[in-house]
Amino acid sequence: MDFVGIQQEFAHAPATERHTHNRWEPYVDNGGTSLAIAGADYVIVASDARQSNGFNINSRYDPKAFHLSNNAILATAGYAADAKRLVEVLEQNAQMYYHKHDRVMKTSAMAQMLSNTLYGRRFFPYYVFPILAGLDNEGKGALYCYDPVGNMERVVYQSFGSASALVQPFLDNVVGFKNQRGADPARLLERDQALKIAVDAFTGATERDIYTGDWLDIFIVDRNGVTHEKRELKHD
Amino acid sequence: MEYNGSAIVAMVGKNCVAIAADKRLGQQALTVDMDFEKVFPMTDRTYIGLSGLATDVKTVHDTLRMRVNLYKHREERVIEPRTMAHMVSHMLYERRFGPYYIEPIIAGLDKNQKPFICGTDLIGCPNFPSDFVVTGTAGSNLFGMCESLWEPDLEADDLFETISQALLNAVDRDAVSGWGAVVHVITPEGVITREIKNRMD
Repeated sequence: MDFVGIQQEFAHAPATERHTHNRWEPYVDNGGTSLAIAGADYVIVASDARQSNGFNINSRYDPKAFHLSNNAILATAGYAADAKRLVEVLEQNAQMYYHKHDRVMKTSAMAQMLSNTLYGRRFFPYYVFPILAGLDNEGKGALYCYDPVGNMERVVYQSFGSASALVQPFLDNVVGFKNQRGADPARLLERDQALKIAVDAFTGATERDIYTGDWLDIFIVDRNGVTHEKRELKHD
Repeated sequence: MEYNGSAIVAMVGKNCVAIAADKRLGQQALTVDMDFEKVFPMTDRTYIGLSGLATDVKTVHDTLRMRVNLYKHREERVIEPRTMAHMVSHMLYERRFGPYYIEPIIAGLDKNQKPFICGTDLIGCPNFPSDFVVTGTAGSNLFGMCESLWEPDLEADDLFETISQALLNAVDRDAVSGWGAVVHVITPEGVITREIKNRMD
């Protein structure tokens, strides 16, 4: 190869490198799993607290279930930064609502507001899969789940996140009584049963999903308010 | 691997093993057959489940049947499940750079009536777990179900219930598997085969 040829080789080499480096990415999947189960007079929310980026663990305790000012819980999965911003926005708007109407926001109102907030960013969405949990006007457990652009559904149980494929069929089976002949599909679980199932679901998910583990945040909402419990999951 | 859709699972019990599979054959979202066999008896005590590309399911089954028969004639004895697992592994690794799109599961009782299960990837890397193996498009769903339902030393009828519930609830959350299921429970007394009805959507 002559000198000009070598020169051209060098001139070409860094050009291809530049394309793969220093690119800004607006979205990251931080992994992790959230689930919620509604009962007759309570609702239980469980989220693991590991935050990952690829094969790295950013934090072993970074909660992604948030206790909101109106005693509702927002459990999230997806992009942690967007989730935190979403909580800020939600809390700001709830504060505005409080001062305007002199009344704490009900769960149903917040549910609709969350949908509107998400759809407001239809063309640059928050990369978050939220579950909103609280009590409804009759004091029953209320659960609303969303996609990142605000499509909303009231459900009895739901799981989102990196281990949702592992957890959701299990919840279908033991909370929704799917494929159980003779069982009443409308039956709601007692609180201690629901707690046991939530913990079982996470120990199972932690075993097989590398993005789920470390610590488990459990929130229980009932007429007396919100209780929070922190349990240990496997750290590997 | 996702072209035809499938879900297969095998579990160890107390002096017994079970292997179960769905019955769907599709071409992506279009369902073609609702009675497609994916689990095959290779001996009286050893079953193999083949998930993945349907054309390779047939080819691998035929080739393996030939090799198992040749083994029987050469050795004048029936092949052990562990030996068959290595035979399958070897067969797949022969095609290391142009593999069969197959992820097999082997389940059986050995000559001492001890349960044996094995799964391999498409180029024959084996693993021998002591609890359960899963494969197919509903693999993640099956892992979630098995991890929470399975427990050690299940009797044959409890094992049947456990593996059935694991499979049924897993395929109901997978769009490309389901449409009926079959369960084989292998015990020292014989094999119990049951066809299970479930959601057809």
